[in-house]
Amino acid sequence: MKKVVRGFYAVAYAVKLCKPDVICAYPITPQTEIVENLAEMYANGELENCKYITAESEFDAASILVGASATGARTFTATCSQGLILMSEVLFNAAGMRLPIVIVNTNRALSAPLSIWNDLQDSMALRDAGIIQIYVEDNQEAHEIIPQAYKIAESTMFPTMICMDGFKLTHAYEPVELLDQDIVDSFLPPYDPPLKLSVEKPLTFGSYAPPNCYMEFRYRMHKDMLKAKETIERVFREWAEIKRDWGGLIEFKEGKTVLVAMGSLMGNIKDVSEKLNVGYMKIRTYRPFPSEEIRKSLKDCENVIVFDRAVSFGYEGILSMEIRNALYGESPSIYSFIVGLGGRDVPRSLIEKCISKVMEGKAEKYSFEGLREFEEVLY
Amino acid sequence: MRISLGAVSRPLESLENKTGSWAVKVPEIDVDRCIGCGECYMCCPDLCIEMVKFEERRFAKIDYDYCKGCGICSEICPANAIEMVEKVIE
Repeated sequence: MKKVVRGFYAVAYAVKLCKPDVICAYPITPQTEIVENLAEMYANGELENCKYITAESEFDAASILVGASATGARTFTATCSQGLILMSEVLFNAAGMRLPIVIVNTNRALSAPLSIWNDLQDSMALRDAGIIQIYVEDNQEAHEIIPQAYKIAESTMFPTMICMDGFKLTHAYEPVELLDQDIVDSFLPPYDPPLKLSVEKPLTFGSYAPPNCYMEFRYRMHKDMLKAKETIERVFREWAEIKRDWGGLIEFKEGKTVLVAMGSLMGNIKDVSEKLNVGYMKIRTYRPFPSEEIRKSLKDCENVIVFDRAVSFGYEGILSMEIRNALYGESPSIYSFIVGLGGRDVPRSLIEKCISKVMEGKAEKYSFEGLREFEEVLY
Repeated sequence: MRISLGAVSRPLESLENKTGSWAVKVPEIDVDRCIGCGECYMCCPDLCIEMVKFEERRFAKIDYDYCKGCGICSEICPANAIEMVEKVIE
C-alpha cells in the first residue's frame, strides 16, 4: 500500500508491524511525532499485547527498556541529540548487558549553542558504546529497516540504533510503500531469548567484573560486534529476497573520484555523482564499521572525498578519520569536507564546489565548507 | 573462566568477589568492651558483621572476606569497642 506519509509515521507504522511488547519514550524534537503516532495506535488498540510507558526523561526511558528487555520483551524507543546523550549512561550498560533494544535516533545537532536542526554529532558521540548503528537515506529505507533492525538486534544481541536525519527525513512527506503485516510476520520471528529475567529466576545482568575478568567480557563484545557484520549482511540479503535490495553494509558506485557520506545527504550526492560522472559510497552500517568493504572498494581510486556532518573537536571530521584508517597504506588521496552542521543546507552546488576544489588541487586535508563571513566578538 | 553473554550471573555468585581485598584499614573488636548491642550489625553497609554468642554473651564478629574498611562500625560503636587498624598484607 503506497501512501504519502511523514518520516515519523513511516517509522511508527513499521514499529507497530514488528509487534513490540514495551514502548517507552520521552518527547524531543524532531523525534516526538514517532512516539506520538505510536501512542495514538496504542490508544486505538492497534498495538496488541504492548505496554506503552511514558517516562520522565530519556534516562528513565532507556532504563525502563533495559529492565523490560532483560525480561525478554521486544522494546522500542526513539530519541535524539540531548536525549540520546542523556540516555548514554544507560545505553552503554544495555550494550554490555547485550540487550537488543531498538532505538530510532532522529539525528539532531548537540548543544550548545542550542540547535534543533540536523547533523550527525549526536549518534557519533555514541560510536564506541557497543551499539549497532545503521544510517538511512530516505523514509522508505527508514520504514523497511525497522523489521531488519529487530532481526539484527535479536540475532546479535546488541542494541541497534537506526539513525535518520531529523527534519530532512522525519518531517518530510514522501510516498512510502507501507509493508504488510504478513511480510513482517514471515520475516521476523517472535523474540524469545534463552535468558529471561523473572521473579522465579532471579539473575544479575551486567554484574561486577574485577580486573581479572573485565577484559574478557569486553573482548567477547568486540569479537561479537565484528561478527555481527555477517549477521547484518545475512539479514539484508534475506530482506532483499522478499522485498527490496538496499545493498550491503555499504552501497557503492565505482569512479576515479568517490564521494563518501551517510544518511539523507546521499540523495544530493547521488545526483551530483550522476551529473559529474563520479563514484559514491553510502555507509549504511557505521558500527560495526565495514572497513574491509571500504578498503576493497576504494583502494584503487584516485580521490576519496568524505562529507562529514560531525566533528571531533581538535582533530577533524569523524567519518573521514575512519575512512583514512580503513585506507591506511593504500594510495588514494583522502579529503574531508565538514558540511551541514546544525541543519546548514548542503546543496548540490556546495558538493560540486568541494569536488572542483579537489580537482584544482586547492583542497586541504580537511576544511569546513559553506561557512558564512563572521566576526568574533565577546558578546 | 566463564564469560557469560551480557555479564549475567546467578544468585550468590557475587560471593566469589572477595571485596575485603579493597580494605586499607579494617575494624578490630575489643571483646572486653563490646556490649553486644548490635549497632554495628545494623549499620554495616555491606552486611559484614554478624552477632555471635559465646558463654552467654553477645559479640560482634567481622567478616574480613567482604569488609571494605569503611569504618562506620567504629564511628558508631557506643562502647568504643571497635578500632580501625592498618591491614597487614601477607
